Amino acid sequence: MSGQEQEALFRYVLRLGDTSLVLGQRLAEWVGHSPALEEDLGLANLSLDLIGQARLLLSYAGEIEGKQRDEDELAFFRDAPAFVNLTLVEQPNGDFGRTIVRQFLLDAWQLEVYEGLLESKDTRLASVAAKAIKETRYHFRFSSGWMVRLGDGTEESHRRVQDALNDLWRFTTELFAADEVDDALVAAGIAPDLAALKPKWLARVGEVLKEATLVQPAPVAYQWHGKRGVHTEHLGHMLTEMQHLQRTYPGARW
Amino acid sequence: MSNDWPLYEVFIRSRSGLEHKHVGSLHAADAAMAVEHARDVYTRRQEGVSIWVVRSSDIVASDPTDADALFEPARDKVYRHPTFYAIPDEVKNL
Repeated sequence: MSGQEQEALFRYVLRLGDTSLVLGQRLAEWVGHSPALEEDLGLANLSLDLIGQARLLLSYAGEIEGKQRDEDELAFFRDAPAFVNLTLVEQPNGDFGRTIVRQFLLDAWQLEVYEGLLESKDTRLASVAAKAIKETRYHFRFSSGWMVRLGDGTEESHRRVQDALNDLWRFTTELFAADEVDDALVAAGIAPDLAALKPKWLARVGEVLKEATLVQPAPVAYQWHGKRGVHTEHLGHMLTEMQHLQRTYPGARW
Repeated sequence: MSNDWPLYEVFIRSRSGLEHKHVGSLHAADAAMAVEHARDVYTRRQEGVSIWVVRSSDIVASDPTDADALFEPARDKVYRHPTFYAIPDEVKNL
């Protein structure tokens, strides 16, 4: 593998890993605060699945990079500009409905991406995808179920999820915006083509929105660049809390 | 929120071939949600391969105050226990 290809693969795996890690951390913020005990455990389960995916992906990224950085080093000792997660997942939890909307939009995306990665020429990525897709199918079932309950629920719940959807929709442009990293890996047969995934994602999302009696917002031209390290102000605050212990006591273990 | 949700009893089959066992209860808005909650609450450590849920209010139970009438009469009928048979070594799971 050439140096350039290796760099692209590193960036690609890091993006997937960071996206899972940041969303997992956000969901963990719900622990002890959910509307019901049962949902508390439900969200914690999603969080642990995502953090598990992040561990596999970040470990692999560290190996590709070859600079002796392991999963913990990558998770706890990078500052916000070095994180390359999708901007959507770093958005604050807000109320339960907003958390569900964010989850739903990302679950539907991960489903398509992991499905595509099952066919990847990179066998390591294909095996991570094979494990993750089972988890993600459940995540999507969980989040789309709640989309319908809340959207087609009371006037108040409908209003809240529609507002959250209108607000978060602008971050979905980034989900399908390919750059040179994506292009290189599509050409190498490692990553699925994002442009080809978009209609499938739209159909999947649209079906649930319809059942939930929610209106699909209009496309937004402006694009965020979390996956290139340009973040909203929310990520830094989240990392401060997530990284506090390792920064204060480097190398601390359970 | 959970105060508004009805109570469900949860039964888990730990592996194929075994019966479903009562493991506890939880709140959910409807049966579909109860199955998902049961998955999240009661199968986190690989406890099961199948889940049943039933509305607690749909369970018909015996009255504890009837216990004497219901269960005492069986007490002196030891001949109903299968303890008078020799069990061959080949028979497992008894």
